Parts: sequence; structure tokens; C-alpha cells
Amino acid sequence: MNAKKPGQTLRFLRRGEAVTVHDVAPDRTLLDLLREDLHLTATKEGCGEGDCGACTVVLGETVDGRLTYKAINSCIRLAHSVDGIAVYTAEDITAPSGELHPAQEAMVRCHGSQCGFCTPGFVMSLFGMYQNTKGAQKLSREQAQADLSGNLCRCTGYRPILDAAQQMGQLPLPAGCAVDEAATVAALRALKKKPAADGPYLRPTTLSELLQARAAHPQAQVVAGTTDVGLWITKMHKRFPQVLDVTAARELQRVESYPHHIAIGAAVTLTDAFAALVKERPQLLSFSQRFAGLPVRNSGTLGGNVANGSPIGDSMPLLIALGASVVLMRWKKTKAGGEIAHRELRLEDLYTGYRSNVMRPDELLCWIKVPRPTGHALEKVYKISKRFDDDISAVCLAIQMTVKAGVVQQVSIGAGGVAATPARARQTEAALLGQPWTEDTVMHAMDTLRTEFQPISDMRASAAYRQTVLGNLLRRFWLESQGQQAINLESLKTLEALS
Amino acid sequence: MNAPDLKLVVDNTPATTAAGVSRFHESAKAQVAGAATYIDDIPEVRGTLHAAPVCSPVAHGVLRGIDASAALAVPGVHAFIGPDDIPGDRVLAAFAHDEPVFAEGTVQFLGQVGGLIVADDVMTARRAARLVKWDIEPLEPVLTPQQAHAKQRYVLPPVHVTRGDAAAALQRAPHTLAGAFEVGGQEHFYLEGQIAYVLPLEQQQWWVYSSTQHPGEVQHWVSHALGLANHAVTVECRRMGGGFGGKETQAGHLAVWAAIAANKLRRPVKLRLDRDDDFMITGKRHPFAYSYRVGFDNRGRLCGLELDMLANCGFSADLSGPVADRAVFHADNAYFLEDVAIHSYRCKTNTQSHTAYRGFGGPQGVIVIERIMGDIARHLGVDALDVRLANLYGIEDRNVTHYQMAVEDNILEPLMTQLALTCGYRERAEQIAHWNASSPVIKRGIALTPVKFGISFTATLFNQAGALVHVYTDGSVQVNHGGTEMGQGLNTKVAAIVADELGVPFERVLSTASDTSKVPNASATAASSGTDLNGRAAQFAARQVRQNLAAFVAGLDGVGAGAVRFEGGQVITEKQTRTWESVVGAAYANRIQLWSDGFYRTPKIHYDKVTMLGRPFYYFAYGAAVTEVAIDTLTGESRVLKVDILHDVGRSINPAIDIGQIEGGFVQGMGWLTTEQLVWNGKGLLQTHAPSTYKIPATGDIPTHFRVDLWPEANREDNVHGSKAVGEPPFMLAISVFEALRDAVAQAGGRPEAMNAPATAEEVLRALE
Repeated sequence: MNAKKPGQTLRFLRRGEAVTVHDVAPDRTLLDLLREDLHLTATKEGCGEGDCGACTVVLGETVDGRLTYKAINSCIRLAHSVDGIAVYTAEDITAPSGELHPAQEAMVRCHGSQCGFCTPGFVMSLFGMYQNTKGAQKLSREQAQADLSGNLCRCTGYRPILDAAQQMGQLPLPAGCAVDEAATVAALRALKKKPAADGPYLRPTTLSELLQARAAHPQAQVVAGTTDVGLWITKMHKRFPQVLDVTAARELQRVESYPHHIAIGAAVTLTDAFAALVKERPQLLSFSQRFAGLPVRNSGTLGGNVANGSPIGDSMPLLIALGASVVLMRWKKTKAGGEIAHRELRLEDLYTGYRSNVMRPDELLCWIKVPRPTGHALEKVYKISKRFDDDISAVCLAIQMTVKAGVVQQVSIGAGGVAATPARARQTEAALLGQPWTEDTVMHAMDTLRTEFQPISDMRASAAYRQTVLGNLLRRFWLESQGQQAINLESLKTLEALS
Repeated sequence: MNAPDLKLVVDNTPATTAAGVSRFHESAKAQVAGAATYIDDIPEVRGTLHAAPVCSPVAHGVLRGIDASAALAVPGVHAFIGPDDIPGDRVLAAFAHDEPVFAEGTVQFLGQVGGLIVADDVMTARRAARLVKWDIEPLEPVLTPQQAHAKQRYVLPPVHVTRGDAAAALQRAPHTLAGAFEVGGQEHFYLEGQIAYVLPLEQQQWWVYSSTQHPGEVQHWVSHALGLANHAVTVECRRMGGGFGGKETQAGHLAVWAAIAANKLRRPVKLRLDRDDDFMITGKRHPFAYSYRVGFDNRGRLCGLELDMLANCGFSADLSGPVADRAVFHADNAYFLEDVAIHSYRCKTNTQSHTAYRGFGGPQGVIVIERIMGDIARHLGVDALDVRLANLYGIEDRNVTHYQMAVEDNILEPLMTQLALTCGYRERAEQIAHWNASSPVIKRGIALTPVKFGISFTATLFNQAGALVHVYTDGSVQVNHGGTEMGQGLNTKVAAIVADELGVPFERVLSTASDTSKVPNASATAASSGTDLNGRAAQFAARQVRQNLAAFVAGLDGVGAGAVRFEGGQVITEKQTRTWESVVGAAYANRIQLWSDGFYRTPKIHYDKVTMLGRPFYYFAYGAAVTEVAIDTLTGESRVLKVDILHDVGRSINPAIDIGQIEGGFVQGMGWLTTEQLVWNGKGLLQTHAPSTYKIPATGDIPTHFRVDLWPEANREDNVHGSKAVGEPPFMLAISVFEALRDAVAQAGGRPEAMNAPATAEEVLRALE
């Protein structure tokens, strides 16, 4: 009834059966589809911006022949993005007999629900964990905390919910709750259809089709995981008559490894992109978990974060420090029909101002190339926010530095939250490069870093705090380079560290 | 980590009683399956329209007019609803009668609702609402309580509570300290936003679904705005998705607005606030500003205290009077204030009208005296626990509060001493100081703070409750009471109380939705009093039914009615044991009444509203917490590392639920004092408008070590099952987090006396500079 603009049909799998919904507008959210169109009210709206997790549902997709599960925020996910995949909500995982899934039963037994409004969202995050860890037998407290950081509860104080996460693996799985993986994979295969070449919601499955669609529909809103664009709909009340979704392009769903760099496709989720980065740089694990709650990381893409270019996006300072570049592609008409044209530029050169960049109307950001670690450089990234998890940076600072024979031989510094765009701290780099790596150099560079940017004061932090902390983070980098232990709060994560 | 012995409790364990057992929440199974119905889940009646509020873009100004023509031109929009559409009083029926239903004449805060747009669907209404144009001649907004106080701009007159001669005591005191600080407000962030769904029935009668802690007030307000008698309006609330005080009065506004729209359009109207609008429109915990002078002796015992408390009330009185009163009542927390002068100012600012929030002013009173304790200890160079112990209320003497109530049930000294012992407070404090000496960047801190919280509505008349217990002919039981379920487990506790009274299994008793047509004139479910009041009323109702049945069975068996026992689903006399069901069936056949009402009013309480003296509270709930934190001196970031709590719930009706309230209250309090910062800009715009910018604690914020123990003693007053109220008191245990952070700042060589709350990273770093 909301769809005043022409919509199109979508089909997804629910409880093993195909559900078909006609005339769904391209900018309709998955949550509205569930609650308003299908009257499936188990899934709740808490905030409408992907920050509280009450609307969490699990998506099931076939990857390499196996079913994988992703908890996502349905409030900012577009309905059409679930076309052809399986959707699980809290009302779907209970056995037909009424027996509860272990993710649900554990929540009951551990007294994990009080007001109950966040509960279906928590249950679905737990369900995703349960399915992906084959019954959650050995889920650690730390993992449970990290994977539930995108679900807010105002009643319990979380202890009972974390208990439930750790105990659900010990409960029996009622027969009626088991997902028949083979049948689901087969049903998903049967749902597959050739994407429409035209229509309100375009979701091409190959790179060349995607670029051609971009050239043909420059007015269409480009989306990936809609973890930001979704808010333009729910909060800014924008309407999009046509949407171009990049996430189905097969080529862009990959992370490719080369001798000197890895290339992350624009359709790779933040979860998978960070997994690839953490594989080579284990020190990034905590940062990757703090990037956003899991449902956001499961939906959003690294390409989307970079292309969106928010000054408080956390991936860019890191990628700038690591020397990443982006590959922009477009469809170039030729006599023979057409071909893909591309250009590559350093990430920091992509941005021209607040949320503006050098991309042509027919261009798409397709790849992010990240140099592999050399083994010589010290690489650190620091994020300061009001809340440790699932928060937006007041300041983000990433530093890559190579010191040889006591002299700074190479340095690159990315900073977020300090300017209209993610920025490279070139003056500070200049103050360091070629200098002896000493406390004096650091003190001087701290002063430079504090004055290099003119951050604003807002609800996250004052300008003065941002400037002070930028310098102090450089000091932390110095201390860490000198082998100082236990100088950050994360080192106190285990109580053993205190004794 | 906190492992109370209640994990994986099997719900159906045979137990002789239902109370005292950690029964699962009565709706838990439905909640986890997504089958528990909240108001937005109720299938919509044909013809339902959706409303969105039209919010003022200016904090203060003369309202010249509102132009809704652009909104009305949007396809799907039905109407703009404004003040002229109100058939009854254009001022809300709030007790101070100072709040217009829709803004008129003057705009008083940024976000004030001037009307509604009603449309076919909610997104159309919300989009169109933003097209409405306000014509406002701006006036200078007053945004801080200090500004308001300077201009003597108050929503209610100042209140002064004094005992002895504080000024003279300060003169004589061996030591004095003066201080000033501020503590921020707090957004409730109930996960279910405010919502009302209003259905016109026949003959000017109305059905209102409201997510409210106070259905009776919603009924009162709606009928007042519609110009109808109360009996024409029925309000129902099965459950809320969280309340925390935020749905005590605030829910009433929504119901009134939706009802006015439904009345004009003769259609059902649902009003569900978008989260950003909810932040923008509804009141929060009152921010407070304080200044004080305190005198004390060499042990740190208080001699005199002068305290000014400025409550930022926002633009209207709402509940600010009793909130600020409770802050005055709790400015002693656990401590005897001999010569004291407290001046409480209820400052009128151009912000949201601040309202009830868990603790209801109590936290804002407790934090100031706990801060004073910490500062005295540092001034004297002694441990803060010793200063706290030295100041506790006495048992025989020094046991009368500044509002002239004798503290008769004080257990704090043994409670605090036991907690300090079991968690190794003193050894750890020493070890932490030692550790800090060799830690260059990270510093740790520790604090033990108590709470003594007065239980009862300070407005004595609210301390009454009613209930209905229905026994059906198959032996199943329904209980209905005037309280509301917001997650706190009230219905679970009440059902257990009724089950025990009737001697039937817990599962035989069903709690039903709060409904003004069942129990009339019910008080708000607030002040932690839900179980005390409604549990007792339900117990009395069930007792009446039981007595009817006992008399009947006594007649059959020729025994005294007192000799009939009701246990384990059986009715037992020395002659015969019958099943509950057979007795009920036989009683029905013999025309015995199988249902009853129950009524309870709290005894002993009285209090003079003008002098603020008397016994406002039936009893006190006590507790204490030890919190250990760490701070990062480079960034000001902090972590809560370890928490140990010993809390007094009397004889627990449901230990799992009580521990859930303690843990949940503590974490909510921790959020208030650490990450939950409300930021208004210079124009009065609340910039922290949603969870993206307003940060309540998440899973990663709770300490690895988080232990809760219950004090093993029944309530010394005659309260239902010997229990004590639990909803609010544990919230104030989180003040130990703030005091531990200040301890860490002090150990880092900073200025803890300069630190305001919340202790964000920026605030901690500021205190370190």
C-alpha cells in the first residue's frame, strides 16, 4: 500500500517454501515487507537505522554449494535484495510442533528476555551463530560478546543473553528445528532466475552487465548493503524510483590474492573483507569487530564504505595508511559493442570534499587493492568512540611506518573524524620521514598532527578533544614501537592481565 | 561469569510453592518465538490510518501559525490535526495543567508537537509532516538550569528542607570543602518506541491500546481531551517493550494525539513514533547541577551540609515536582545528615519536559552525597569506604532522616562489611595502587558505594492497588491487576503469588492485559512498587476465593474452615483430599462465588507535602556494589573490569527475575554515568537523536566479572511474601562506577573533583589534564 511507484515481483524462501510478493517498490525495506506486507510481526523495529538489532533476521545463501547464514538488520535492508535467497525470522525457526530452537530455548532458560522487544533480534543473531558454528558447541564468551554487539538490550544487562549464547550448544536440537540443508540448497537453486535487464530494481549478475546498467541508468541509486543508503530512506525519507544493486555481480564478490596485493571486490561484505585483511594482519581483529555490529558488517560492503566516503567511515583511514588504491570501472562503447574501461587511483585521491568524489556518472568503484604486509612495517589503527563496540569514531587514526637503522624510512597516516573527508596526514608524515625515530621526533610530530586538521565540535567530541587525542594516539604508537606492554585497555581484556 | 544457581532451571520442577522459585517470565516462550504481541503487532482494524507528529524546528518563539498545505497536497494524506480539532480541554490533564496538547501561542522546545499529519500509511505521514511550515518569531531559548535559575524561571516553586543549622555547623567544622558539578540526563531507550492505537467504538466510546505504565492516566487524559466522562474510554496494555519511567506520562501524550485524530476522522488511528521523533519529543531523566559546601571532622564524618540542586525540568512541570522531591529525600543516601540545608530548584528550560526515569530523582540525590564522600576521603587521605562507614545511619541514634523519618530497618553496615570482605575490597585497593605505580598509561580505580532507597510513592494516595482473580469452572485461574508489565516480571510474580494462595501449580494461573475496565483508578506501575501493591491486592483477591472454597469444603467435611489446606493442586482436610478441579466444579454447582476482587493500601505512610516531613516510605531497600575500572590516560577511555553486588530484595519471590532487575538496573546506571551523553546544541536541538549517536551499553561493555548476591533476610515490614521492591534501587549501585573512575583519575594525578557525569572519554581526559 506504500508502493505508489511501480514495483516489481520478488521471491524468497521461507520455511522451505517460496514466497512471492508482487509490486514491491525498489526502496521498500525488508522490515516493511515482513511486517506490513506479509503481516509477519515477530521482527521488530527498534530504531530504523541498523543500530539496535531488534529487526535482525538471518539470510541463508548458497556459497560454494553450502548454506551460509548471515544475521542482518532488516530495517535498512532493501526487500528486493533478498530475492532468490532464504530468510529466517524468529517465527520461522520454531518447530511446527511448537518446540523451540535451542537459540530460543536457551534464552528462556537463562532468563534472557525481560520486556522481550529486543528478543527476536537477539534470537536471530544467536540462530546465525548456532547455524554457522554447527551447533555452537564451543562458543567463547568473547566471541558471543563480539557477535552480539549489534544487538541492544535495555533490560537485562546482557549477562543472561551471553549465558544463553554459550549454553544453547548444550541443548538438544528438536527434529522439527533442524534446517534441511540439501533441500534448502535445492530450493534456492530452483528460485534462481535471470535478472531483469530493466525495471525498478536492477541487480545484474555479471560485471559487464552491471557497468552497462550503470551507463544506461545513471540516475539510478547505486547500492550495495544499504547500511547507509537504508537510512536515507528511513530517516531522510528519500525515495528512489530506480535502484542499481552491485552485490550480485559475481566478479565483485571475490577477494583475489596477488603477490603484492589483495583485491577486494565491491560486493564483498565488510565481514568477509575484514576477514581477508585480518588473515594477513591479525592485529586488526579487534578493529574489525569494532567497525560496526555484526549485522551491519554482514550487510555492508567495504566498497560501499569507501565509495560513500563519509568522513567518519572507519575503513578509509586504515586503507589510506596501508597504501590502498581503488579501481573505478565503466562501460565504454566501441564499434564491436563495448568493453570495460578502468582507472586506478590512490584512495585518498578519490575524495574531493564532503561526500563528493572524482567518479564519473557512469563509473562504479569495483575493486579495492590493498598492498600485502611487507613484514618490516609497524601497522596500527586506533579508534576512539564513546562506546567501545558498535559506535562511530570521534577520531580514527591509522599509521604504517617502517623504521630502518633508527630512521623513519616510510610512513603513511590516515585520519578520520578530523576533516570533511577521510584524510592523509601529509604534514605529519613529512615531519617524520627521514627523521630519527626518537621521542623528540614524536613530540614534534604530535604537535604537527594536532594542528594539521581543523576538526569540528559535535555530539561525538569537541574539536579540542579530537586534536589532543590525535597527538596522544601518535604517542601511543611510539610507546608501542618501543615494546611497551599493557598500555591500552584492550590489553586488560582478561583479568589475568591485572594480576 | 556471574553464575547465580539458576542457569537452566527447569520450569516445571515440582515445587511446593510457586513463589521463591526462579520461574521463567510468563511470556518468555512467546517472546523468543516472536509471538508476544506489542501494540504495533496487533492486526489492524479495517480503515486504520497512521499519524506522524509535526515538530517545532525552533526551541523558543512566538507561534504565528502553521501551514500544512504542502503536506495536505501529498497523495494519501487525509488531514492535519491541530489545536482546533480538540473537542475538550486544549491543555493536557497533567496535574500542573501547564502543557498544551498541541503547541499554541508560544513554542517551548525544539521538537514540540504542533499537530499531526494523518495518512494512509506511516511513511507517507512522516514524509508529509516534514512539509508542514511553521511561522515562528524566535525568542532567546533558555537551555541550562543555571540560566533558568539566574532568571528565577521555574516550573514549580523552590523547595527547602533543613535541619539544625548548617551554616553554623560549617563554621565549626574542622574541614570544609566546596564543590559544584553536573550530571547529565538520560534517554530511556525502551526498545519499543512510544505508540498508541485508538479505535472509535459505538456511542462515543473509545478503545485505546497504549504502551503505557499508567493506563488509568491515559484514560483520564484522553477522556479529558475528548470532553468525555472517564467511563467512555477503555485503555488496554498487555505489555510494553520497556518503560523505565518513560511511559508513565509520556505515553499519555501519544494517546491523546491519536484520539483527537481518530475523533475528527472517525477512523482508527495509530501513532507510532519514529525513534528520532521519540528522542526529540519525549522527556528524559532530569539533568541536575549542584553546588555544595560540606564540613567534616578528622574521620570524615559530616558536620554540616549546604546543598543547592538545580533540576533541569524542561518546559513544563510533568513529574518534575515529585522527581525533584525524591532527589531531596535521597541526598542523604545512606548517611546521617545532622545539620543540613537543601535547596531544590525546579528550573524551566526550553527543552523536552523531563520526566520519570528509574530512580525518579533518587539517583540524582544519591550521586551528590557519594561524590562528597569520595572527595572527603581524598582530602583526608583515607579510604573512601571508611568515610562511608563513619557516616552511615545509626541503629539506636543518628537514625532519623533530614525529613524526620526514622530509619528502622538499616542493614547497611553488615551488608557493606560483608561485601567488602567477600570481594576483597581492601586488598584489591592496595594491589591496585601498587599496580598503578608501575603502569605508565593505564590506571585503575575502585569504589564501594551503598544505596538506601525509599519504597513507596511519595504521593501517599498512589499507594493503593486493586486486583481481580477469576477461577473458571475447569479450575484454571485468571488474574488481572492494575499494574503493567514492562519486562520487569510483575505478571510472573503476581501469578506465583496467586498460585500459592490457591495452592495450584504456577501454570494454572494466567495474567491478562492491564485494562482500565477491569481494575479502575490504578496507580502507575512505578516507584518500584508494582509487586508490593498489585501482588498484595492479587493475594487478597485469591485469598477471598480460597476462603469461599474453604468454607464450602469445611461444610462438606464438617471441619473448621481454617483446617482446609490448599496445596499442590489439592484441597486437603483431615477427612478427605480432593483435587482442586473437583472442588471448583462442586463449588460452582453449589453456587459459590469463584472470583473476587482484592484491594491493598500501604500502611504506616504519611507525609506533609508542604514541609516535606513525615514517613513517605514504608521501608527502605538496601544494597552495595564494588566496582573496579581502568582508564586510559592518553585518550580518557575507560573500562569496567569487575563488579560485585550484594543487594537486598527481602525474601525473593523470583530470584532470577530479581537478579535480572539488579544486573539490568546496574548496567543502565552504568550507561547513565559513562557513555550515555545527551547533547543539545546552542539552538536547543538534541543532537544525540538515535542509537547511532546516543550510546547505551552494549554486550562488550559489561564486566567480565559481574557477580550478584542477594542479602538473606526478609523484609522487616509486613510486605507480600517478605519481599522487597527491586526495580529502581540497583540502578544507583552504578554510582560505584563513577566513583571508581574518579578514583582512577585521582590515582593518575588528575582532578576527580572536576569531573562531571557522564564520564565520557572526553570528560575523563579533561579531568586528567
